[in-house]
Amino acid sequence: MFDGADALLLARFQFAFTVSFHFIFPAFSIGLASYLAVLEGLWLKTGKVLYLNLFRYWLKIFAIAFAMGVVSGIVMSYQFGTNWAVFSDKAGPVIGPLMAYEVLTAFFLEAGFLGVMLFGMEKVGKKLHFAATCMVALGTAVSAFWILSVNSWMQTPVGYELGANGQFLPGPSWWDIVFNPSFPYRLVHTVIAAYLTTALVVGAVGAWHLLRDRTNLHARKMFSMAMWMAALVAPVQIFVGDLHGLNTLEHQPAKIMAMEGHFESHPEGAPLILFGIPDSEAKTVRFAIEIPQLGSLILKHDANAPMAGLDTVPADEHPPVGIVFWSFRIMVGIGFAMLGLGVWSLLARWRGKLYDWSWLHRAALVMGPSGFVAVIAGWVTTEVGRQPWVIYGLLRTADARSPIAAPAVATSLIAFIVVYFAVFGFGTWYILKLMGKPPRPHETGVGGAPIRTAGITPGPTQNPGGSGPLPGGEEER
Amino acid sequence: MDLTVLWAFLIAFAVFAYVVMDGFDLGIGILFPRFAPGEERDQAMNAIAPVWDGNETWLVLGGGGLMAAFPLAYAVILPATYPLIVAMLLGLVFRGVAFEFRWRDPAHRKYWDFAFFAGSLIAALAQGMTLGALLQGIEIEGRAYAGSWWDWLSPYTLLTGVGVVAGYALLGACWLVWKTSGSAQGHAYRLAVRAAIATLVLLGAVSLYTPFLDAQYFQRWFTMPSFFIASQVPLLTAITAFLLFRSLAKRREAAPFFLALALFLLGMAGLGISMWPYVVPDTLTIWDAAAPERSQVFMLIGIAITLPLILAYTGWAYWVFRGKVGTEGYH
Repeated sequence: MFDGADALLLARFQFAFTVSFHFIFPAFSIGLASYLAVLEGLWLKTGKVLYLNLFRYWLKIFAIAFAMGVVSGIVMSYQFGTNWAVFSDKAGPVIGPLMAYEVLTAFFLEAGFLGVMLFGMEKVGKKLHFAATCMVALGTAVSAFWILSVNSWMQTPVGYELGANGQFLPGPSWWDIVFNPSFPYRLVHTVIAAYLTTALVVGAVGAWHLLRDRTNLHARKMFSMAMWMAALVAPVQIFVGDLHGLNTLEHQPAKIMAMEGHFESHPEGAPLILFGIPDSEAKTVRFAIEIPQLGSLILKHDANAPMAGLDTVPADEHPPVGIVFWSFRIMVGIGFAMLGLGVWSLLARWRGKLYDWSWLHRAALVMGPSGFVAVIAGWVTTEVGRQPWVIYGLLRTADARSPIAAPAVATSLIAFIVVYFAVFGFGTWYILKLMGKPPRPHETGVGGAPIRTAGITPGPTQNPGGSGPLPGGEEER
Repeated sequence: MDLTVLWAFLIAFAVFAYVVMDGFDLGIGILFPRFAPGEERDQAMNAIAPVWDGNETWLVLGGGGLMAAFPLAYAVILPATYPLIVAMLLGLVFRGVAFEFRWRDPAHRKYWDFAFFAGSLIAALAQGMTLGALLQGIEIEGRAYAGSWWDWLSPYTLLTGVGVVAGYALLGACWLVWKTSGSAQGHAYRLAVRAAIATLVLLGAVSLYTPFLDAQYFQRWFTMPSFFIASQVPLLTAITAFLLFRSLAKRREAAPFFLALALFLLGMAGLGISMWPYVVPDTLTIWDAAAPERSQVFMLIGIAITLPLILAYTGWAYWVFRGKVGTEGYH
């Protein structure tokens, strides 16, 4: 009933499913942790309770998103071994240490300070609490550093030696491995994506509450902050994305060919295909709408530069063109929509109508989840575009899997799908419920009532921020 | 000093740190239905909410560290225990989110409380059975697992699985003895005594069963001169068990938890005596599975710098939340 090819496909789908689901949470929590640090910092600097209220409002949401990120992340650290044992054995000596560094420098940092960040304001005081928030934010960023280094090494492997036992062994320089050619671009592009994703979520929540009450000061503040972020960072992201593309052209040309739909070589300069339906059988893009020479202009900065196509690549090394072609267009389209939103908000701000233009608010609301779509589309582009390789040019995905029978992989895949949709569906629902309520003047912490231990009863002087005693019990429980 | 040996001890330390820390919070999950809804359960939850995430990070270090330091062992053990690992991960998903979700959704709290219990139980059982599967041996051909996906299931692995469940329940009960007061504490004392009896019976059963799995284990435990060293472990275990029951009878608050930890440490020592120097008994030694020296050295630098810091701020986080948890939840 099943054979090896089925098991391979199921294992790939399992990894794609668990990693895509997982990445939604870090994409949000990397940005949100930094936003929380900014809010708390502004509160400490200005003493305005508005910032504290916003901090507490988003902290509750962060707690849920972070918990989901943690549990879906633990799954990832075991996916390599369960379904990709050959890959783990062969690449372990090189990428294993990088992942160990991620645990040591990032996961412990986040987890160690998270408890204080969520529950410890009354116990450690404002400044130490702010330090804890910063540590959590730093941890999320450091985590991105290491795991993107690992992924980038799989895309652009350098600095390794081949062992007699078939393993990839580290060469003399770890620096070469960590800072492999695609890593700086991928790191910057991904971290900015996380910030943009969070900004759009914050902006959408602000917009939602502005649409209901445009005098809500909390909604105004978060909407304004989010729109600054979109306006300033979206153009930077498009620029960085372009640089990342040029880097990919240099190191993984077949991926670019698939993204562009370039089945044939164009010795006279390649067109830019805006839309079309790639047909891998016929090796052509049907119904293509294209702009002549623009492809070469963008990728080579010369309209007449020759561009090689997939006809120069052996057929058994072609990535699936259709998926990559479309996921790339989804990502780019959303990127430009973000830019448009940012520019629109600048115009509104310039006219003094940032809190009045309800169509802007509606647009921001609709764009709320778009960051998640864009980051997943981006990852699909780069990961599917790497195929048929798991370590680019060196180890084929088909040769990397565990000797596990297809029924085992299928059963676990179904279990993951059912559990993830149920559990994370509830989590998302709880987050949306929290977002649906406006921030209040006396926003409560993660707990409505602070944790109290024997002998330490927070008196008025221990209550931070002069926000008055925390209204315990007011929180929904 | 042989770096491979050092790494074997570091991985063992990570596993022990994980068992110490996540053991008690999984144990609280296992005992959760025994506590009355409301005050008792809220206290039990509050006793671990600020620290559970840090505790679970040791599991990631154990997994990631094994891949980094002994990649071949990681690549063989995980496929061999595939359904157990998946079950453990899904169990951890349920219990991990329950910490937040039960406060966010009072209407469905009893379901999330059940998820917390069932997730903890499944994770603990799967961990214990994984240990058993490793001890009973794994079929390897070349550099890959060569068995089927049900090889791990045997009476022995069921025994080790239940044993770990009982042990975690003991740790959890002792932690609650330390952190709670009132009716929850009284309840925890009673549960601790029962869990201690169960743990010792199962530990004894596993200890008697193990030497008969494999001639080499038998030799380690029952031939001279290693018998003299090995026999210290059950001796010390008996003494520790006596002290544990006495401290529970005398209503000591902190001592039971540390004595329960000592039981686990002795269990680890026994494990070390049986397995050394194999990482997969009878087939892979630590040297067969070890990463090259460059990987070991690079990670060792990281460990030397970060581990003291990690222990320091983890200790600080525990210190911040020291003392008894209140009856009012912090949610």
